[in-house]
Amino acid sequence: MRKLATCLLLLCAAPAFAQLQLTITSGVTDPIPIAVVPFERAVPADGGIDVAAIVQRDLESSGRFKAMKRTDMLSRPTTASAVDVLAWKQQRNDYVVVGRLTAQPGGAVTVEAELVNVLTGQPLPLGKKWTAGPGKLRNAAHKVADAVFEAIIGVRGAFATQIAYVSVDGQPPKQRYQLIVADADGEAPQVILERERPIMSPAWSPDGSMLAYVSFESKLSAVYVQNVRTGQRSRVSARAGINGAPTWSPDGKKLALTLGGSGGNLDIYLLDLATQQPRRLTDDPGIDTEASFTPDGSAIYFTSDRSGNPQIYRLGLAGNEKPKRVTFTGAYNARPRVSPDGKQLAVLTLDDGAYRIGVQDLASGTLSVLTKGRQDESPSFAPNGAMVILAGRQGGKGVLQTISIDGQTSLRLNADAGEVREPVWGPYLP
Amino acid sequence: MKRFLSTAVLVASFALLAGCPKPPDVKPEAPPETTANTTGADNSGATAEDADAAGPSGELLSKRIVYFDFDRSDIRADSQSVVAAHAAYLAKNPGQKVRLEGHADERGSREYNIGLGERRGQAVRRAMLLQGVAEAQLTTVSYGEERPAVAGSDEQAYAMNRRVEIVYLK
Repeated sequence: MRKLATCLLLLCAAPAFAQLQLTITSGVTDPIPIAVVPFERAVPADGGIDVAAIVQRDLESSGRFKAMKRTDMLSRPTTASAVDVLAWKQQRNDYVVVGRLTAQPGGAVTVEAELVNVLTGQPLPLGKKWTAGPGKLRNAAHKVADAVFEAIIGVRGAFATQIAYVSVDGQPPKQRYQLIVADADGEAPQVILERERPIMSPAWSPDGSMLAYVSFESKLSAVYVQNVRTGQRSRVSARAGINGAPTWSPDGKKLALTLGGSGGNLDIYLLDLATQQPRRLTDDPGIDTEASFTPDGSAIYFTSDRSGNPQIYRLGLAGNEKPKRVTFTGAYNARPRVSPDGKQLAVLTLDDGAYRIGVQDLASGTLSVLTKGRQDESPSFAPNGAMVILAGRQGGKGVLQTISIDGQTSLRLNADAGEVREPVWGPYLP
Repeated sequence: MKRFLSTAVLVASFALLAGCPKPPDVKPEAPPETTANTTGADNSGATAEDADAAGPSGELLSKRIVYFDFDRSDIRADSQSVVAAHAAYLAKNPGQKVRLEGHADERGSREYNIGLGERRGQAVRRAMLLQGVAEAQLTTVSYGEERPAVAGSDEQAYAMNRRVEIVYLK
């Protein structure tokens, strides 16, 4: 009986799904030295969460910061006025982050944080306090990191965001597919759907509350939309043939998707979610798929092999426009994703015999290859436009990676079991 | 012993149910009414009626997989007889339905590979239609690279995964 109990304990301890492990694979040559001092705690309201440690890990994961070890800290101030600027400067820091937590009625916790530039002695305003309801303190810590990153680098951080991805376990042809939502650092994963047939092509709604995806649970393809928090979902397209590649219009009211019909000619349609009416956007005997909207919703970019090989085309939606080809570098360009500022396109490109992620500047048409893998795929921009998350392979298994669009910093998110693929970076949440 | 094991399994399952975190039970809602359908019949009734069946046997008829060359969707000479045998059987048995499952190898974009798998399924479908099979007997689905027959990232695995599976339905 004791054996059985131990075995049960082990079974329970094993994660029900893959947990991601984050590794920094490349950073800038001169990372900014920063000290993130442990915040004044609010016991027990903070639930033991070490806010400063989360802020520090976020900043270091960007590849742009190098944090001081806590054991090297000679003092532990919690307010900017208590920071001995000279002492921290002598220990070769450029910046110090301090802060404190305060318990609020009802289990909420308020986080106050301050940033001091010890080279100038000036505090840098972070602008606000963050109040986290029960269970939301981790998210508030990521928001502090976003603000610190913006105050120093000049670009809003994307730490307080979520990613969705598909996790696959087991050997073909018997595999198990999960759709998972996690914090951008891979923590706090939640399985929102689990099926024995493939799940693919997750896409975030603009407000971050819903995911659209393709599921083959009926043995045929269908597009679903699901509320990430309540789990409530509805099937929005289960037409004959292919139902695939959903992507939300910027107003969140429509989905662009790929339909094939019983004759199998893949074209892109615009599905009004309220009326369920699809409107045809492309009409070509080749494969047209993988639509991505411009931020203003006035055009889509999509993959088409109408010229023989897959290339990217742009279609203005004002009416009577014809698709225009935009990629001319290389024999294979697919899976376009428009950057949040609408100026760049992340694509899957065949480069020197390998499938890699490239970023094309839309004004000049110049394509720069960002990654070095053999089978990189599924690029998705962070909401600040500074990073791309993608799927790569390591040791024959799918892993996730993020890379800054200047190519300088990258990190890897390995699953501890099975493989992970098709990451999509969610929007900033209110 | 057997009894002990099954009890243990039962106990274990209960303990698992009680003690382990479980993904939320996601209940699909009824599909919304689709009024306009520009691309043909709705597939939403597919699950219940389309249980897979063993299908016919015979030297050619027991072969259910048609393989394809890289980036091609034309039926190779060595597979023509297999497709013809199934087409002849289906033409003689108009009540029998099959699902043609198209697949691609893992290289390239996932959704584009859905398109490539569909092209292969359609190639088999057209060949069968030409040989007298009725449209209503044939459904295509493309799994792209999502359901490989074998694992691996080499030419041998790719060749096994570029395929159409002919699945007989009940």
